[in-house]
Amino acid sequence: MTDTPMIVSSRWDEPTGHTLDGYRSTGSYTGYAALERALSMSPAELSAEVKGATLLGRGGAGFPAGVKWGFCPPGVWPRYLVVNGDESEPGTYKDRILMERDPHQLIEGCLIAAYAIGCAQVFLYVRGEMAHAQERLAVALNEAYAANLVGKNIMGTDFSVDIVLHWGAGAYIVGEETALIESLEGNRGMPRLKPPFFPAAKGLYMKPTIVNNVETLANLPWLVLNGIEAYTAIGSEASPGTRLVSVSGHVNRPGVFEIPQGTTTYRELFEDDRYCRGIRDGHELKMFIPGGASAPWFFPEQIDLPLEGKVVSGAGSMLGSGAIVVMDETTDAVKACLRIVRFFARESCGKCTPCREGTSWEEKILQRIMDGHGRPSDIDALLDIADNISPGPYPVASHPDAGLEAIPFPPRQTTICPLGPSSVAPITSAIRRFRHEFEAKITKRDLIAVSAGAHS
Amino acid sequence: MSEPPRKPVMTEAIAVTINGKEIEAQKGELLIDAAQRNGTYIPRFCYHPRMTPVGMCRMCLVEVDTGRGPALQPSCMIECAPNMVVDTESDNVRKAQDGVLEFLLINHPLDCPVCDKGGECPLQDQTMAYGPGESRWVEEKRHYTKPIAISETVYLDRERCILCDRCTRFADEVAGDPLIHFMDRGAATQVNTFPGEPFSSYFSGNVVQICPVGALTAKPYRFKARPWDLEQVESTCQGCSVGCRITVESSRDRLLRYNGVDSDPVNWGWLCDKGRFGFEAINSEDRLSGPLVRSGDALVPAHWNDALGAAAAAITSGLSTGGGAGAVAVLGGARLTNESAYAWAKLAKGVIGTDNVDAQLGDGLPADVVLGLPTATIDEVCTPGGVILYLGPDPKEELPVLFLRLKHAVERDGAKLVEVVPARTGLSRWATATVTYPPGEAASVVAALLDGSADLDQAAVAALAGATNVTVVLGRPSLAESAASIVDAAAAIVAARPEARFLSGLRRSNVMGALDAGLAPGMLPGRVRRADAHDHYTSAWGGGLPESDGLDAHGILTAAAEGRIDTLILVGADPISDFPDRALAERGIAGARTVIAIDTFLTESSRRADIVLAAAAFGEVSGTTTNIEGRVSRLAQKVTAPGTARADWAIVIDLAARLGRHLGVSNVEDIAAEMARLAPSWANVTAEFLAASGHEDGVVLPLPVSETVAHSEVPEAEATAEPEPDAAEPDADVVVVEAPRVLPPLVSFVAPTPTTIPSPDAYGFRLVVNRTMYDRGVLLSNSPSSSGLADAATARMNPVDLETLGLVTGAAVKLIAGDRSIVLPSRSDAGVPKGTVVVPHHRSESGPTTLISADHQVCDVRIEVAS
Amino acid sequence: MARFTQQNEAMARDIVTRYPRAKSATIPLCHLAQEQDGYLAEDAMVHVAELVGITPAEVMGTASFYEMFKLHPVGKFVVNVCTNISCQLVGGEELLDHASSTLGIRPGGTTADGMFTLEDVECIAACTEAPACQVNYRYFHQVSNDQFDDLIAELRAGSRSDVPAHGTLGKVRQTLPSDQIANVTPPEQQSEPVWIRRHRESAEAAAAAAPTGGVSA
Ligand SMILES: Cc1cc2nc3c(=O)[nH]c(=O)nc-3n(C[C@H](O)[C@H](O)[C@H](O)COP(=O)(O)O)c2cc1C
Ligand code: SF4
Ligand code: FES
Repeated sequence: MTDTPMIVSSRWDEPTGHTLDGYRSTGSYTGYAALERALSMSPAELSAEVKGATLLGRGGAGFPAGVKWGFCPPGVWPRYLVVNGDESEPGTYKDRILMERDPHQLIEGCLIAAYAIGCAQVFLYVRGEMAHAQERLAVALNEAYAANLVGKNIMGTDFSVDIVLHWGAGAYIVGEETALIESLEGNRGMPRLKPPFFPAAKGLYMKPTIVNNVETLANLPWLVLNGIEAYTAIGSEASPGTRLVSVSGHVNRPGVFEIPQGTTTYRELFEDDRYCRGIRDGHELKMFIPGGASAPWFFPEQIDLPLEGKVVSGAGSMLGSGAIVVMDETTDAVKACLRIVRFFARESCGKCTPCREGTSWEEKILQRIMDGHGRPSDIDALLDIADNISPGPYPVASHPDAGLEAIPFPPRQTTICPLGPSSVAPITSAIRRFRHEFEAKITKRDLIAVSAGAHS
Repeated sequence: MSEPPRKPVMTEAIAVTINGKEIEAQKGELLIDAAQRNGTYIPRFCYHPRMTPVGMCRMCLVEVDTGRGPALQPSCMIECAPNMVVDTESDNVRKAQDGVLEFLLINHPLDCPVCDKGGECPLQDQTMAYGPGESRWVEEKRHYTKPIAISETVYLDRERCILCDRCTRFADEVAGDPLIHFMDRGAATQVNTFPGEPFSSYFSGNVVQICPVGALTAKPYRFKARPWDLEQVESTCQGCSVGCRITVESSRDRLLRYNGVDSDPVNWGWLCDKGRFGFEAINSEDRLSGPLVRSGDALVPAHWNDALGAAAAAITSGLSTGGGAGAVAVLGGARLTNESAYAWAKLAKGVIGTDNVDAQLGDGLPADVVLGLPTATIDEVCTPGGVILYLGPDPKEELPVLFLRLKHAVERDGAKLVEVVPARTGLSRWATATVTYPPGEAASVVAALLDGSADLDQAAVAALAGATNVTVVLGRPSLAESAASIVDAAAAIVAARPEARFLSGLRRSNVMGALDAGLAPGMLPGRVRRADAHDHYTSAWGGGLPESDGLDAHGILTAAAEGRIDTLILVGADPISDFPDRALAERGIAGARTVIAIDTFLTESSRRADIVLAAAAFGEVSGTTTNIEGRVSRLAQKVTAPGTARADWAIVIDLAARLGRHLGVSNVEDIAAEMARLAPSWANVTAEFLAASGHEDGVVLPLPVSETVAHSEVPEAEATAEPEPDAAEPDADVVVVEAPRVLPPLVSFVAPTPTTIPSPDAYGFRLVVNRTMYDRGVLLSNSPSSSGLADAATARMNPVDLETLGLVTGAAVKLIAGDRSIVLPSRSDAGVPKGTVVVPHHRSESGPTTLISADHQVCDVRIEVAS
Repeated sequence: MARFTQQNEAMARDIVTRYPRAKSATIPLCHLAQEQDGYLAEDAMVHVAELVGITPAEVMGTASFYEMFKLHPVGKFVVNVCTNISCQLVGGEELLDHASSTLGIRPGGTTADGMFTLEDVECIAACTEAPACQVNYRYFHQVSNDQFDDLIAELRAGSRSDVPAHGTLGKVRQTLPSDQIANVTPPEQQSEPVWIRRHRESAEAAAAAAPTGGVSA
């Protein structure tokens, strides 16, 4: 990874990178120097800098952070910053590393954001299952409080802010920002409706709240130290900087990589020596999920697309959380589809009818097909149930051989949040492309002898 | 789910297009409501106009175009905005609604034939109207063990539940008792209680009513009837004086169910459980079904003819004793309809000629105070941003739905509420401030508060300081504290805030109607003083009226105890259990030569009567009733009274005849017409007027008639027939008043000379006797579902006091007042101030009223450790 | 198994002070109870309810939503094998089957000696290190069947000090003594932060001084 710019991953291999001393003495920049610079600027100047750098959100939606901060209604106080460290999207593994290996980078990012937005409190919401990350952050926060980097009159200025470490208890949906807020209020993590509950206006305790992903905030120290120009010099114009991608599945070298945003293609990522070094030995790419389990699938035709938000959504999927799951020809499309649908069925919060009932119905039908009890009407039933969750044409990649055009992202929804519609992604993706696999299981009762599991 | 749409808040009228038709909506109004108000009903399950919308069920999805093309949006969450274009019937909408219904049905048991809700089930109805024909579901449905009792009265069948969040939202945001909750997640989500902690809310029955399927059922109604067998009429609950509107539903001449009606000024569709399940007492086997007369130690059934004859003879002989008309006294009347109350007033004051008449049993406030203070309606008290001074009993226990309204006003509408009470109440959690006072000192505490005293809770002082819109809820906080001390507090409020307006906090069902009808000493029908109206009624009724003000309940019972009352008539009154001084009530009843009781049950008092006349109860008589606001609404007859029990007014007419006088009326209509003609506060409130459209919620007395016109000369020619509440011209409210053309003036409050309260004895405690929703009173004891709900009596004391006595919660204590004492378990309660002890009324015969002397302003007790 | 010990109650009260509203401490307190007892007992939920000022039904409503809260006793070690897509592709289901036979229980079950509970879980964010599992929320990456068996043997033998008993998450907690907390008050008591006000006022002053137009800072 030598010639890749290291904005957020520069201390991952430093044994002391997670300590305050290590943060100050290792990595691609000096820890807490950015905070000092930030405090010398006005909050407005700082926000302008972040906005000017087009720091895109890394949690999934890819919304520019600086623009989001600007949505807080003027004159309404307090404002809260909530850090989304709930990382649970299948395929995604990046925020955990950031928290475990470089906690001070995240803390400094929080401080910079809090100063710019005007937050008196920051809640760092870490996924419940990540005990090690919680521990590392707790130690780092204790160090930072002791060093007057957090708390009252930080670095002797009039800037005071608390960062409270909080953790969840296991529920994927809590990654959705309004569910995260509900959870932080001590409730069941069920999403709120947007409108009217846009967090920037009515968030935590109904007060203006900015929810940002861990990686988004981790970019801030480097960005503030190096400035807009240095940041935008990396990546594409629409998507500057780098981003972390986690590539898993059937590649020779799965891993988390920091790549320039917007310019790197999937092919480079899969094949380049710096990255995954090819599809696993002797196998061919069958399909890949370009942005987490919620994303519609891509196929070999899409491999030359760059990891650029607009391009990917135009092609029928999304960059999402930067989670790329690669599947070779040994993969059973129905089985993979069932596994992802089962995930959404299990993780549906149950608040809205179509998702609560629809996802578990989808799972039951798919399970039945897998078990050899499929009925011919099941495929249409699946598609129609999907249509009742996400009405109208569902985003899907083009299939030139079959003369099918791409349907761009995002999908429509009868649900409250995108979780329900996400369950449709594997269904429409798999059925449109591999209908024959479903039919084979249904009509021939022929359990195609494909294991989605075997090591190569 | 026939809930009416939310009343729009008038902001700015805007045009919205629904299905091609332009309608007028208010900016910010929810689309689902605006559509319904304009004739387009959008199907829904989770939306309830009286609760926060949650947008969960997704049934109300419609296509909304705000300029960026049509998109499916939940109409229960979308606020109307200018130029919005809405389609509620497009193919996309149909498809989405079909989809939602199918999703709801896949796990629904479809056991409609055995479900209580079958026939009135929104899920069933909407499936017929909007649903897909056939089910594609071949998987196994969700299963739960059969119904679980989530409380004493409510069952939950989780299989039928569609997770609309109505019951759980109600429990949390309306009732304030979040004891049922969603549990688990996703498709496994269920509504449940915490183990061992049932949904014991005073308002639990409402969840049965608002459940859009048959998941929640009420024990008293389960499997009793099918909706299509039920007949219903609208009426007004008589469980307490709030006057919630209800439907009275029966089948085969038996009451089976009451449901709340959404009356905007009063109950918003809610009922308390005591009211909702009150029909059980009416159906009770123990109801009196015919007259009884004493034969030795026993009361034996008699013919009406004989019983009425005996009663008339007793009255006649009473009149012939040396005491004159005053030797006959009438206690009670709050159970009556307005018309029966008026008939009793006419009989007592016009025929018998006694003014020893009192509808209250020493547990209320003097009639001239209740009727004479400037009044406020519930809506006025609950005005958003208003300031409320609450001086009365625990509203959650005694005026439950008023409690809901007050809670809502404070919690959601920004009203400030300052409680001045002897101990914290069920409302204290929401109150801006709760100021506790030692019994007897309400007046001085209120005066100091309004004066901005630095010694008191500053939040309370700040809330009241400079508020120009103070409304006051005024009732009797404790039976052990005299009415006089509360009257003094009212006087202090009037002195400090002359503009303050009052809402009565008296609890007994139609006490307001009874007082209005003149069933109080010194009063005559129509909210007028006896002295002012003597001539008016003399000419209208033909003479014989009392010449001086009579005795109240305390005076009557004292006189009876001293042998000065010959004939004591108890009209639905049970002084032995209800009068604060039990010993005096017992002596009074023993001291009267003849006691005549007119009642629906044998009570502690009527058991000791000589003649018992069986009366028809609620649901068995029609007429009108008056709530705490002075709001008159209609009561409907739905079933026939048991046996030969008769309506009170009919008994009165008969008694009058036997006393040699024709009352001049022969049915409810006649009485109502006479009241509208003669009784000043009733001017123009005729049966037709009440039946007119727009008056479904009743009308508040007196009608807004300019006093000079209504209560002095009304030139007949200028009078118009029908007042128009909304008319711009105040003159439009002028009413027809037939002869006599000059009506006496309505009573107004005159502050009495303040009473002196003894200072507390340093070692003693001041007793507070409060009422609770569930007690061991006659009505509840006759309601199978509620009879077990009264908790055991305890003496609640401040933890510090308890500790000083060296006791822990549960230890038995002896409360001693003079030579009387009772023993109770103690209970530590930080909501009770030091030096005060709170004991609930109506648990057993040796209750706290055995300690109280009606001659004292307060009741001081010593507390000892009981051996 | 029950209410908080005195020491834990003190910690619970301290945690509550970190939040503008007490109810926000519900999940952290449930974790604390689970750390104390190994699972979330009913009495503990009642105690949590008292400490944050809600009803036990509300605590249970919240707790039962989340996977990690075990409302019934579980094994000393909860073994979570991920079978979600990234793991499934490289052997997650096989690892689960293997775990099942090693432990002699099905997913969801607990061994008779109360040592292990096995769970088939969703993605645990170790996708590039698949197949992965957790024991009491400690990660094990790229786990082979043999490695799994060794791990179980060590846990059984009590030789894995890196894996605390079920319920314990981070072994170090954030310490936030109340005198270090800068500014935790209920939202309605908060106002414009000082540094924001300072910059706003100086920007306004600058704008007032420059009559030709707004200088925005
Ligand atoms: C079902 C669902 C799950 C999500 N999970 C996560 C998550 O685990 N982590 C995350 O940062 N964002 C997640 N998001 C996105 C958040 O809602 C939110 O957009 C994000 O945290 C904003 O941060 P950003 O602007 O910095 O990207 C999820 C969204 C949805 C709909
Ligand atoms: S779409 Fe699913 S996860 Fe999202 S709110 Fe609805 S039920 Fe909950
Ligand atoms: S009524 Fe609108 S979503 Fe349920």
